[in-house]
Amino acid sequence: MKIVDDVPSGLTALDRPNSYIGRSVPRPNLARLTQGRAQYVSDVTLPRMGHVAFVRSPYAHARIRAIDAAAAKTAPGVIAVVTGAELAEVMTPWVGVLTHLKGIKSAPQHPIAVERACWQGEAVCAVVAKTRAEAEDACELVTVHYEELVPVTDAETALDAATPVIHESLGDNLTFERRHEAGAVDLAFQEADEIVETTFRFGRHTGVTNEPRAIVADWNAGEQRLTVCQGTQAPHMMQNLFAKHLGLEEHQVRVLTKDVGGSFGIKVHTYADEMATVALSKLLRRPVKFVADRIESFVTDIHARDHRIRASIAVKRDGTITAFEIDDLTGIGPYSVYPRTSGIEANQVVNLVGGPYRCPNYRAHARVVFQNKNVMCQYRAVGHPIATSVTENLVEMAAARIGMDPVEIRRRNLFPDDGYPCTTAAGLRLEKLSHHASLDQIVAMMDYDALRAEQAALRARGIHRGIGFASFIEVTNPSAAFYGVGGARISSQDGATVRLDATGAIFVASGVTEQGQGAEAVVAQCAASAFGVPLDKVRVVLGDTDNVPYGGGTWASRAAGIGGEAAWQAGKALRGNVLAVAASILQADARALDIRNGVVVDADTGRVRLGLDEVARIAYFRPDTLPPGFQAELMATRHYVPRAWPFAFTNGIQASWLEVDTDTGFIKLLKHWCVEDCGTVINPQLVDEQVRGGVVQGIGAALFEHCVYDERGQLLNGNMADYLVPMAGEMPDIEVGHVVSPTGDSELGAKGAGEAGTAGAPGCVVNAVNDALRPLGAQTITEIPLTPDVVLKALGKV
Amino acid sequence: MTERFHDIALTVNGEEVRERVDARKTLVDFLREDLDLTGSHAGCEHGVCGACTVLLDGAIVRGCLTLAVQCDGARVVTIEGASDSGALADLQQAFQARNALQCGFCTPGMLLTAAALLAQGGVPSREKIREHFSGNYCRCTGYHAIIDAVESVARARAGGDA
Repeated sequence: MKIVDDVPSGLTALDRPNSYIGRSVPRPNLARLTQGRAQYVSDVTLPRMGHVAFVRSPYAHARIRAIDAAAAKTAPGVIAVVTGAELAEVMTPWVGVLTHLKGIKSAPQHPIAVERACWQGEAVCAVVAKTRAEAEDACELVTVHYEELVPVTDAETALDAATPVIHESLGDNLTFERRHEAGAVDLAFQEADEIVETTFRFGRHTGVTNEPRAIVADWNAGEQRLTVCQGTQAPHMMQNLFAKHLGLEEHQVRVLTKDVGGSFGIKVHTYADEMATVALSKLLRRPVKFVADRIESFVTDIHARDHRIRASIAVKRDGTITAFEIDDLTGIGPYSVYPRTSGIEANQVVNLVGGPYRCPNYRAHARVVFQNKNVMCQYRAVGHPIATSVTENLVEMAAARIGMDPVEIRRRNLFPDDGYPCTTAAGLRLEKLSHHASLDQIVAMMDYDALRAEQAALRARGIHRGIGFASFIEVTNPSAAFYGVGGARISSQDGATVRLDATGAIFVASGVTEQGQGAEAVVAQCAASAFGVPLDKVRVVLGDTDNVPYGGGTWASRAAGIGGEAAWQAGKALRGNVLAVAASILQADARALDIRNGVVVDADTGRVRLGLDEVARIAYFRPDTLPPGFQAELMATRHYVPRAWPFAFTNGIQASWLEVDTDTGFIKLLKHWCVEDCGTVINPQLVDEQVRGGVVQGIGAALFEHCVYDERGQLLNGNMADYLVPMAGEMPDIEVGHVVSPTGDSELGAKGAGEAGTAGAPGCVVNAVNDALRPLGAQTITEIPLTPDVVLKALGKV
Repeated sequence: MTERFHDIALTVNGEEVRERVDARKTLVDFLREDLDLTGSHAGCEHGVCGACTVLLDGAIVRGCLTLAVQCDGARVVTIEGASDSGALADLQQAFQARNALQCGFCTPGMLLTAAALLAQGGVPSREKIREHFSGNYCRCTGYHAIIDAVESVARARAGGDA
C-alpha cells in the first residue's frame, strides 16, 4: 500500500498512531439513522409551505390543446394552479448536450410541458395546495384537452423515414452516434478459427430509491435568496442550474442536502418537476415542497440501459481472442437529460467493451435515438453492465465453442498484471490493474475445481447448476475529461476545509455528499489520520453550498478517491499550521513535533508536550501571548483533482453459482463472489458493502427489473407490486475479496468502489445460467431480465 | 353521507394522543404529518417496501396500509419510541457495527421487523431470517449485512457469542 512517508519519526503515514486508513471504523451518522432521527428532505417542513402535485400526461405523445383549471383553482386548500406556459415566464428551458460528445443534439425542455407532452408521465400542469392530498384532489379537477399524436416507441424503427420525427427542429430522431475502429478487424475475423455472433437485449430499468425524489424550495423575496433542500448528489451543480434558469446569481442560491434515502445516479440529474418546484417557489414567493410518489417515480425517475447490441467475437482455437465488434442501439426518451446528457451510456459501452482483454482489434458503432418514453440517463455503473455483459458473455460463448474452460480463456487473454501502463483497443489508458491476481483469488475463494466436481455430480442426478464469471474494469475518480471539457459546470475537483475548534476537536467541511455510501466516514477517517486526532474528535459537514468548499458531490465512484484525498491533504495542512503555533508556544522546532491522539508530542520520542485544547485556547483567547507578528491559522483548505490520469480505472472479477429449475424456469442464486481492486482501501467494511449492494442491484437487472412499455408508450408495470426488485429471500450471500493496486495520482492511492458490483453481476449471472443449461441443448440466453419465460423459451419448453 | 373526519384517541410511544383525522389518512401520514414522527417512512405507499413499519398493539403493521381511524383506542409504537425505550438497543448496535444500513431509509422498518422475529426466540437460520424480511426492501446493502446483524443479535440473546 502506497502512502507517502511524510512523518519525520520514520513512521509511514499509514502507521501514524491515529491512522484510520484501512480500518473498518463505524460511520458517525449511523446512530441517528437507526433511531429515526435522520432528516430526509421528505421530512422537511417550513412555515407557509405549499405542496405541489402535478397533472401528468396520460399519453406518450400529445398536443396540449387547452387546460381548464377553473374548478381546481377554487378547490379546498388550493394556493395556485400553474401551466407550463405560465411557468416558462419564470424559468428558461434547457438543452442536454455536451460539446465533447460530437454531434449530440436535443430539444429545449421546459419544467412543465408547453404545447406538447412527449412521454406518459410528463407534467402538464402544477397544483400547489396546503397539503399534498388537497393538491392531488385538485389535480383531478384540471381538465386537459389533448390531441394524441403518433408516439415513437420502438428504437429499432426510430430512424426510419416513415417514423415521425419527435422534435421537428432537429430533423431526425438521432440523438448521438459514435464509431470507433482499432487494429485490423476484418482481417481478424477472416483469420479466426471461430466466430460467435449474437444479439444482446438489455431491458429498461430504473433506480427505485427507497426515498423518492424530494425537494423543498424556498424563495425569500425579502432576501432575494433561494434556499433549496434537495436530495441530490451534486449540490453545487444544482446551485448553478437553479441560478442559471431562474436568472439569478449563483450566490443567491443555497442548496442544502441532508440525509438522502438512496441515489444510485437517480438523484444527480435535472428533473423537470424539481425545476418546476423551484420556479413555483419563486413565482409564489413561498416555500414549495415536492415529493414524488411511487407511481411518479416510475414514470419520471430516469430509466437506464435499454440497449440492443449486435456483437461478435473472433477467436483462435488456442483461445486467443482476436477481435470484438459491436453495434449498439439505445432509445433514451424524448430529451437528452440535462446537464450530463443521455449520450454518456452508449459512449461508455463503446469505451468499455473488450476492456479487460489485450485483443487489439475492435470495431464499434453506437446510435442513441429519441422515443416517446420516459427519459433515460446515467444510473449506477453507467454503461458498465452492458459492456461487461456483452464482453463476458461473448468470451464464455467463445470458450464453449472451442471447448475451453472459461477460466483458462481469461488467463490467455486478460491484460497481464506486469504489462501496465497500457492502452485498450477502445483507447482507454490503464495505469495499473490486476486481472490475473483477481482471477487467481476468486478461483481460490470459490474452490473452483471442487465446485465443478459438485456441479457434475449433481448434473448426474438431474440438478442443473451453473458457474459464471465476469471480469470487468470500472471508471472511477473522473477528471475534467468526463464532463468539464464538454462545457458542463460540473466540478471534477473537490475541496475540504479543516478547522480546529476551541477545545481541540476538528470540523471538516467537504464538497462530497453522503447518500449512504459512507462518504462522511471516509472524509472523517482521512482528516483524522492526517491531522492526528481520534475519530470522536471529528465533526463532518457536507451538503451545504454556503458552507462547504466548491465540489462535484458524490457520483462516478469519486467521493473516497477525490474527496478523501482532499480531506487528507487539508488535514496535513492544518497539522502544519497547528504545529507552527505549538512550536511558537513551546519555543521548539515545528519539525520536531507531531500531533498524535489529539496531543502535540515530540516526534522522536512521542513525549506529550501540549494538548490541542491548550493550543486552541492560546490561539483563540490569548493570542496576545504569542510572539509579535505571529498569526495562528487554525483552518486549512486543500483541493484535489486527478491530473495524471483522466480516470482511475479499477478492475475485478465476479462469479455466480446458481441452480436452474428446468421445469419452472426459476433461478435460485446459491452464492456470489467478487474480487475487486480499488487501490488503497480506506475502510474495508464500507468497500465490501458497496460491492455487495452493487452486486444485488446488478442481480436485480439480471433477473427481475424491467420497465415494460406497450407499443403506445404506456408503462405497464409502474408500481412495486408489478416491477420486481431484489428482496432478501432471493438474494445469496456474497463473498468479497481484494487486490490492492493504488493509483499514483494521489497520496492515498484510493480509487472508487461504488459501481464494481453493478458492473459485473448481470453478465456473470447470465453466464452461470447458460453454463447450467448448455448441456441440455438450450439456446444461449442473451437477454435480461432473465425471467422464467426466457429460460423456458431457451429450453424450448414454451 | 358518512362522516369524513373522525376523532380518535390512542397512545403513541406511551403518550396519549387525541386528534381529528380525515378518514382517508393513513397511519404513516398521520404519524409523520400530524405528530411529526418522521422516523417512519413512506417508501412505496402500497405495502411492498416495509419502510413504514410500526407496532400496532404490539404487532408489526404497514403504516401505509393502516388507516389512522383504525387506530382509535390502540397502542402505537414507532422507531422513535422503540429507540427511547431501549427495546432495540442491541439490534441498533449490531446494525451500526456491521454497517447493515447505508442510506438508512429502510432501517426503522428493518429494525422493528427484526425485533418481531427475535421475539419468537431461538437462533433462526439465515434462510429463515431472509424469508422473514421478504416484505422489507433495501436498495443499498444487498441484505447480506442485515442478515449478519440480525443473526449476531439472535446468537447473543441466546447466550452464544455474537
